[in-house]
Order: sequence, then structure tokens, then C-alpha cells
Amino acid sequence: MADAPQIPDEAEVRARWGAFVWTAENAELAKTIIARYPAGRQQSAVMPLLDLAQRQVGAETQTQGWLPVPVMEYIGRQLDMPYMRVYEVATFYTMYNLAPVGRYHVQVCGTTPCMLRGSDDVFSACKNKGLVKGATTPDGLFTLTEVECLGACANAPMVQINDDNYEDLTYDSMSAILETLAAGGSPKIGPQIDRQTSCPEGGPTTLKEMVVENHDYRGEW
Amino acid sequence: MTDAPAAPAPFVGPLADRDRIFTNVHGFQDWGVDAAMQRGDWDNTKKLMELGQDAIIDIIKASNLRGRGGAGFPTGMKWSFMPKESKDGRPSFLVINADESEPGSCKDREIIRHDPHKLIEGALIAGFAMRARAAYIYIRGEFIYEAKVLFAAVEQAYAKGFIGKNACGSGYDFDVFVHRGAGAYICGEETAQIESLEGKKGQPRLKPPFPAGAGLYGCPTTVNNVESIAVSPTILRRGAAWFNSFGRENNRGTKLFQISGHVNKPCVVEESMSIPFRELIDRHCGGIRGGWENLLAVIPGGSSVPLVPAKEIMDAPMDFDGLRALGSGLGTAAVIVMDKSTDIVRAISRLSYFYKHESCGQCTPCREGTGWMWRVMERLRTGEADLSEIDMLHQVTKQVEGHTICALGDAAAWPIQGLIRHFRPEIERRINERGAPVMEAAE
Repeated sequence: MADAPQIPDEAEVRARWGAFVWTAENAELAKTIIARYPAGRQQSAVMPLLDLAQRQVGAETQTQGWLPVPVMEYIGRQLDMPYMRVYEVATFYTMYNLAPVGRYHVQVCGTTPCMLRGSDDVFSACKNKGLVKGATTPDGLFTLTEVECLGACANAPMVQINDDNYEDLTYDSMSAILETLAAGGSPKIGPQIDRQTSCPEGGPTTLKEMVVENHDYRGEW
Repeated sequence: MTDAPAAPAPFVGPLADRDRIFTNVHGFQDWGVDAAMQRGDWDNTKKLMELGQDAIIDIIKASNLRGRGGAGFPTGMKWSFMPKESKDGRPSFLVINADESEPGSCKDREIIRHDPHKLIEGALIAGFAMRARAAYIYIRGEFIYEAKVLFAAVEQAYAKGFIGKNACGSGYDFDVFVHRGAGAYICGEETAQIESLEGKKGQPRLKPPFPAGAGLYGCPTTVNNVESIAVSPTILRRGAAWFNSFGRENNRGTKLFQISGHVNKPCVVEESMSIPFRELIDRHCGGIRGGWENLLAVIPGGSSVPLVPAKEIMDAPMDFDGLRALGSGLGTAAVIVMDKSTDIVRAISRLSYFYKHESCGQCTPCREGTGWMWRVMERLRTGEADLSEIDMLHQVTKQVEGHTICALGDAAAWPIQGLIRHFRPEIERRINERGAPVMEAAE
């Protein structure tokens, strides 16, 4: 577990996050989330609440967000769960950041389907922009992580940056995305080549009527 | 007396557009409820429910629908395992597995972001048939946009009265909830998914008890893949015979194929089961990159199944039995194509790294074995190994396989076994070219 993140629980973390409470909006959201599960089963809400908390921390720190220990304790109290149970969940799932990350969390998929289509070039583009795997750039803008299959294999290679997917990448398009983000812009989400979602490049081989109208095929049954 | 007429040759594609279930699979049109209704979803769902619970299960059984999540278990039979009445007051639950994380798979994503109402209508039909009180859709955490669409689609369905109290005017109360995961492949395993839904680490449970007896919150539960659920309303509307008219015996129906890797145009497409591999690639993917002569090997069903070399797969039928005959499997029909430029040992070694990363750590053979296998695979990749390590690795995969609670251990072992079975000379070549230095065993 040498590559496991070191979880900060120092005095300054407690001083900064010890008084964490939901914003008014998130407090309402937390209530709706807990209501999705049967009474007495509020522990089921721990995953969505950790996600919500990470987003709130992110909004306060202008990053993707992370989960300081006092925040996990806060969620444990709300759900009537021991802190250790919350901690187990937070450390088990990869989407919870246990240490601070940058403004943009660049998660490049390196699993075989992306590797076959050129994820090495995507990593080169990141490296060329000064991004280092597992680290945040000195300006606090980018954190680079190699992640496992993100389920967009027909659009490989791909990267997820915070909440957005960028697909069908090349060295050049990945470089352009990083440049646009660094300049404060918003790159085009989705396939970076001329292509509709996971439809074959150059146009569909099936269901061509759907391109022009919301066709109802029932008349042909 | 005449001989009985020979059974007609099975239909193996290409599928006509009118027989495609997911007509908005590429998202050219709106996913919203009004557009979906115009395409035929939520069309008198009450009438489908009036068939009755047992009749619905019988139709699904008769359609020979096999689970689309990889294992291929008959869906109708799975539904019939659920209790017909609750003797102790426990409710039943339907859990829909949208934790699509198998490398190569990207079909549930298309269903959810472009045709979510097929899934929600299917949830109601399936939930009603198995007498469930609610459905939880467990969507993988990284599908952030897809989850937004799904939450919104569920809200639309509530607003229209399609789900909730007196769903579709049928008198049946049924809720649909969406639960987001947070990045753990293992939560695609049904009991791990249930654990995760209960707010715990996603570590698989020992079976028995099976989920149909004691699953989510200790209540009877069925876990089904998104595609299995989403096709069920169309099967009811068009009949079991229609669904049976595609594919070979025991492999019926239509299927979303997801083709990635070294084809000219990777894509997701719905086709008839049993479509020959060559037809699938030529018709929809613009052929193999560099031509058919350039094909090296194919992983036909997602990372967990063994690869198949080019000459065996070229004209093979893409279905459960046809691929099993080649020592592989259909899995989720996630077809990963590799041409001759591929470093095949690296490709499989990267999968070994994936399983090492995703092992939940519960069973020792998998927790220790996946890391060990990956380290040896890396040595084979560079050739810094001894020839005897190939057999040693094979032996270890056999010791992991079948000795763990869930199938992740098997899934980690099979790709390596497939590699050794078909590409042993390539591994040996690397070792011989390095001069076979004797190395210390991996730590």
C-alpha cells in the first residue's frame, strides 16, 4: 500500500475543517438523499453524502474537492455511524480524494482498450505540460491520475476531468484541452473528432432516420 | 412418411432497423419522456401489467432472454426465484446493475444517457413481475452526466404518474431510486453491489444465502443488468416469438455490441445475436485497421474472457455458445480488437494491473495473487524472466481460479491463461532474446 495517499489529520486540517457544516442548499439535498432509503437504513446514504461533501469542500477551495477527516466525522454523526465505518467506505472507493487535489483532476484512462487506441500519447501530452502522475502541478491547477476503465471504450482514448469526459483523444487534442483549461476556458465536451457519441465515425450504419427526425419504427413492426 | 422438415437456419443478422430495440442508441434525438413516448416507450404500460405477474415471467422465459451482464443466466428463470408472497412482511427489491466497469463495455452508458425511459419502464415491468416494492439503479460513480440524465428521467416518470403510487394507473405502487457508486469495479458483482447499497465497502458476500432469499437489507432481491431490464418491455410488446427469431438456439435475441480497439470505426451497435464476427466488423466498424490480414487477436466479451486468435474468431458466431466453443465467452459483448501492431503481452499485463487495482482484498488468493500475477506478467513483457516462469504463472492462475468468493479471481486468471495458451511462442521469444537471465523471484 505504498502508493496509498497519506491521510492528513493534523492540527491545521482540524482547524480548517473542524467546523464543517452543510450549506443550506446541501443540507436540503442531504435530506432528500437520506429519504431514498428505508427508515433505519440511513447508512446507505453514506456514499452520496461523501460525494456531496467532497463537492462542497471543492467549491470552498476551488478544486475538485477532498475529504478531510473532520468532514467524514460530521457525516458519521449525521448518519449515526461510527467514524471508522465512514472511513472504510471513503478509503475503499477510488472517487473519494483522501488528500487535496488541484483545480482540475485529470483522470486519464490507461486500461487496455484505451491503451490500444493511444492512451500513451495522452499521457505524453500531460507530461509535456508538466503534469506528473499522482501529483499536483505547483500552480495547483492540475492533478494527474491514471484511472482504470471509465466505460467509454468505443470512444477511446479518453480522459475525465472533474465531471466532464473528453473522448477520441490524440496527443494534439489532449494538449489543446489542457491549454484551454489553463487559460480559464471550457473545452468542448465529448468526442474531440467529428463524431456523434459512440456512433461510427462518418455517420451511422443503422437507424439513419433517427439522424433527421425522432422516427417511430412501430409502423414497420 | 416424410422426414420432418429441417429446422430453418437461424437468423444471424444483419438486423433490420425496425427490429432494433434501442432506436436512440446514438443520441441523435432527445432522451426526454415526450420524445421517448413518441418512439414507443410507456405506450399503455398498464396493459402489459394486466397480463399478470406470472404471465410476464412466462413470456420472458419463453423469449429465452439470457442475462446481458456477462454470465448469461436466463432472465425469466431468475425472476421466478423471487417469493410470490411475503410470509414475514419483508418487502422484495429489484436492483439494477448499471455499474458498468468491465474494460471494453460501454453499452449501459448509451442506454442510460440516450434511452433512459426504456430502463425505467423495464424496471417497473420487472419489479412488478417479481413483486418488488422498489428498484434501486446502481450506476457507476464515474457516469456523472449519465447519472444526471437518469435522475431527471426518473423525475419525469414520477411526474407523469408512470412510477410511484398507482404506477401507470395499474393500482401497483412502485418506486425507482438511483444510487451512485464511487469507483469500484467489484461493485458490479451482485452481492458486492448489495453491500455497497447498504453503505459499506463493496466486498462480495458468501452464497448461500442467495439474494433471492436474503439480499438488500436482508430482503429478497434480484440483481439484473441494465440491458436485460431495458429490453423486457419491448419483448412483451412484440412477443417471445419475435425475440426468438434472432440468433441461434439457446442464444436468442438482439444485443448491443461494443467494438473498441483496432478497427477503423469503433462503435456501439445493436445487432442480432450470433452475427458472424467478420460481418459485425465489416458492416459497422469499417473493417480491421490495416485489413483482415492484420488482425492478431480479439477479446470478444470484455476483459474477463480469454482472447481468441485471429484465425479462430474471423468467422465465429458472436454468441454465448459459439465463443465458449473457442475457449472464450460472450461476456458483455465488449469486443476488443487487436491488430498485429499490438504488444499482446503488454495488453494482457495491463489487464492484470486492472485486476490487481480492483481486487477488493477480501480473499487471499485474489488479493495476493492478482498483484503477484501482474508482477510476473511485467517480467514476461520485458523478457526479464526464466522460461519456467511461464508454467509457474499458469499454475498460479489455476490456484487463484475457483478459490475466491466471487469471480474476480477467475476473471484475473482467464486472460493470462488465454495468453499462454495462444501466444506462448511470443513470450518465449522475448525471454530467449533477453538471454534468459536468472532473476530473483518477484517480491
